[in-house]
Amino acid sequence: MKFQYFPGCTLKTKGVRLDACARTAALALGFTLEELPEWQCCGAVYPMARDEIATRLSSVRALMAAREVGEPLVTLCSACHHVIKRVNGDMKHDADIRAKVNNYLKLDPPYAGETEVLHYLEVLRDKIGWENVKAAVKNPLTGVKIGAYYGCLLLRPSREMCFDDPENPSILEDFIRAIGAEPVYYGLRNECCGGYTTIENRQYAHKQAQRIADNAKTAGAECLITACPLCLYNLTQNTDGGLPVRYFTELLAQALGVEEA
Amino acid sequence: MEQNMMDTIARISGVNLRRCMRCGKCTASCPAFDEMEYHPHQFVSMVENGRIDELLASQGIYTCLSCFACVERCPRNVEPAKLIEAVRLAVIRKQGENHLHAEQIPAMLDDELPQQAIVSAFRKYKR
Amino acid sequence: MQKIGVFVCHCGTNIAATVDVETVAKTLGKEPGVVFTTDYPYMCSQTGQQMIQDKIQELGLTGVVICSCSPRMHEQTFRKACHKAGLNDYMVEIANIREQCSWIHKDKQEATEKAVILGRAAIAKVQLNAPLTAGTSPVTKRALVIGGGIAGIQTALDIAEAGFEVDIVEKQPTIGGKMTQIDKTFPTLDCAACILTPKMVDCAQNEKIHIYAYSEVEQVGGFVGNFHVKIRRKARFVNEDVCTGCGACTEKCPQKKVPNAFNLGLDTRRAIYIPFAQAVPKVATIDPDYCNMLKNGKCGVCAKVCTAGAIDYKQKDTTIEREYGAIVAATGFNPIDLSQFDEFAYSKSPDVVSSLEFERLMNAAGPTGGTLLRPSDGTHPKTIVFVQCVGSRCEDAQKGKSYCSKICCMYTAKHAMLCREKYPDTDVYVFYIDVRTPGKNFDEFYRRAVEEYGVHYIKGMVGKVVPENGKLKVQASDLLDNRQLHIDADMVVLAAAIEPDKSARSVATMLTASMDTNDFFTEAHPKLRPVESPTAGVFLSGTCQGPKDIPETVAQASAAAAKVIGLLCKDSLTCNPCVAEPNELMCNGCSNCEKVCPYGAITYIDKEFRGPNRTTLIRRVAQVNPAVCQGCGACTVACMSGAMDLKGFSNKQIMAEVDAICR
Repeated sequence: MKFQYFPGCTLKTKGVRLDACARTAALALGFTLEELPEWQCCGAVYPMARDEIATRLSSVRALMAAREVGEPLVTLCSACHHVIKRVNGDMKHDADIRAKVNNYLKLDPPYAGETEVLHYLEVLRDKIGWENVKAAVKNPLTGVKIGAYYGCLLLRPSREMCFDDPENPSILEDFIRAIGAEPVYYGLRNECCGGYTTIENRQYAHKQAQRIADNAKTAGAECLITACPLCLYNLTQNTDGGLPVRYFTELLAQALGVEEA
Repeated sequence: MEQNMMDTIARISGVNLRRCMRCGKCTASCPAFDEMEYHPHQFVSMVENGRIDELLASQGIYTCLSCFACVERCPRNVEPAKLIEAVRLAVIRKQGENHLHAEQIPAMLDDELPQQAIVSAFRKYKR
Repeated sequence: MQKIGVFVCHCGTNIAATVDVETVAKTLGKEPGVVFTTDYPYMCSQTGQQMIQDKIQELGLTGVVICSCSPRMHEQTFRKACHKAGLNDYMVEIANIREQCSWIHKDKQEATEKAVILGRAAIAKVQLNAPLTAGTSPVTKRALVIGGGIAGIQTALDIAEAGFEVDIVEKQPTIGGKMTQIDKTFPTLDCAACILTPKMVDCAQNEKIHIYAYSEVEQVGGFVGNFHVKIRRKARFVNEDVCTGCGACTEKCPQKKVPNAFNLGLDTRRAIYIPFAQAVPKVATIDPDYCNMLKNGKCGVCAKVCTAGAIDYKQKDTTIEREYGAIVAATGFNPIDLSQFDEFAYSKSPDVVSSLEFERLMNAAGPTGGTLLRPSDGTHPKTIVFVQCVGSRCEDAQKGKSYCSKICCMYTAKHAMLCREKYPDTDVYVFYIDVRTPGKNFDEFYRRAVEEYGVHYIKGMVGKVVPENGKLKVQASDLLDNRQLHIDADMVVLAAAIEPDKSARSVATMLTASMDTNDFFTEAHPKLRPVESPTAGVFLSGTCQGPKDIPETVAQASAAAAKVIGLLCKDSLTCNPCVAEPNELMCNGCSNCEKVCPYGAITYIDKEFRGPNRTTLIRRVAQVNPAVCQGCGACTVACMSGAMDLKGFSNKQIMAEVDAICR
């Protein structure tokens, strides 16, 4: 199984572990992530304004490149996934945006959202299957109590993201069970960590992140997992109490026994 | 002028203000409530009532987290987050109204800060 | 050639403001066969009708065309008027120039042109009309009520009171419906069971009423006055006629861990059970999903303890067939599935409950014996948050309902009031979007909750509920104060939207009764015929037609009964003469018409025909039973050879109308 892969800017720098573990784990699970050539940064923020085209172009270029190969486009960073998935939705459903983008990029044949955009977790759930992930685990994380941190970008708006139940998701809990650990439910797992504001208003980001970490800790979580580098930063740098936060791919690689690769 | 501005914001956001039934679930869901002088439900009514200047001048437009909790939970599909973004754009699209300048960035960095934070700050705060 | 009179109605300004009625009358006067035209402000008035009658007699009209409102409105009126003047009912045609013309057009010239065209089509049809005479069919003097909740019970009692036999089919083991689960009723606060159970007993004791509990309607055939219904009686594995309802089996059954549906899963029952003490019929039922004897043949305790010998593990579903003159749908409602609204943590915390669950938690016969205790730890809740409109007034059809569920404002006020009355040390918050309390003594009741009982009513909504350390952290908005509230609650109660019972759709399909997009049954007329379905002989009772409280349900139930009684009083019904008729010489015996007929009105026979040279041929040809045919016309379009025709709407007549429109 082979997929086109969009790593995004942070995964090449501060979020290297998120990327590296994902690739080795993929190989262990029998699928390949082929990095798109010359991908461009997605912009990290989905442009909600309906009159903006420029901010959607890099996503469309990535989606086009995947269409040319005829494979789904896999993302990993929550922000990249959010942006690319929603821009793809715009190209599919918003005739005005579609026409403008196609005119500007002179796309031939025109692009209308044909590429399937998958998050790495969706690949595990829908293409590999939790049973197969479980079967490939060599070092189960038995007894480890993990809180799944979803944040906002993977889940919302659910009409467009179609990722999981936005208020009661289960994909990360299923993942945690598959690697042999124990998921811990806490109510704020889908609350925004406030990461965006860390540059301007660290105090506020701290307040948000602390609420989430405390809620998870109270529920008995020993660590949190996330798919987002900014969430990871915020939940570790802007909290007191030292609740460890890991990328889910790190634990996956560890459980599959390919950690050092 | 005000009508013009209202139309612009409605067009940029694509929000149909008339759908709102004033239930307040957006404001009940907003994690940035304490940081905003006007709250999601007020953006809807204030744009509708032409109180645009007050919104343009508010600092809350930079503290909205774009977490989409208001969008997700709105029973009428009003999408207040799109309205807040449209108001912000109405400000920063003006010449010299960038909320963030490149020179400010180095002082904000630390060793761990992911690129994503800077990229998104530029997208949200600057033309 | 017919002698046709054309009468154009102004309908005050309804038509005349958009259609130049004078021009219409004048133009139509030039049509072949038309001997008289006129226009008049109100054709349906006594004077208007008199004018038509006078002209029929004066000019010897053989056909009448009335350009007016929809035939659904006044076709009967004009037919009756013409009938009195000696014209056959079916020589009258209506051209709808109001709903289909003046109301939907703005431009007068355009609307006038269209009105002329519609009139022309009606004239072309009348040219080919022939007098029709309606036959009659007998009425079976027995009614069927589908659903045994308070709606079905009231309807059945009223029909029986008038002296007619009535059967109730209820899918649960007992009649009583949702009202059995309700604790107190607003605005009087009398106990629901105390006013319901006597009615249930009345049903059981009434000689005219027969209750088929634990049964479902499986098939409906026939038509008004003559319905033929198959009812499946599900196996209880207990002989209903022998069981005394002593309850010994329900105490001895070793399978104790069955979620108790009557208490909405808040406690457990045995595999053999009687839903509640006042069940009617009071007989035990074995739940085949949990009974060890039925699942693997190991147990048999209930059979051993039953002194009456009522247990029958080999019992099978049976089907009975009955004839009815009228059918009443009373299929009721359910709260929606709350898992779509997990921002309120319904599926994550047992202390977040639906309002119906809250009824059980307050009820003396409920899982806590009437003491309000938290399902999670059995402690008294001190702070309770009620959330209204959960899933109601919601645009997203995947999640909720676009309509207001109507009853939630009042029952939430009731819950809040009862909490404060029973437990004055509790803090009670109600989050509302609007408080809607139209109804006798309803707003006074709500105000009492606020003013006398000190319930905190807050205009706003709850955004998120987070369970933490045994508390429910409620984040909400207070729009009047422009604040965000954070309340540490012990319980959260969700006023879930209500929706029609899932069985309603299949019942509607069997009855060929129409439904709206929300699966509520549609009325024949939303204002003037609210308890009748558009399908003749099918009536509507209770919440299957739309959200209602108990008094409204009972009122509608009695209204439906009155309509049924009105029907059953008649010895025979006038049939619709516009029925299908095959031209046997053209029929090729293909059976297409038989297959598409929804009423089973078509059969085939072998019939002798004269062939050439004194020979006889035997051919298979279609026959229509005119008493069963409803004139829907499905067969006429399915017929490949064009042999099937509908009287009053023949292919020729319709083509003449089309030709007239296209001319």
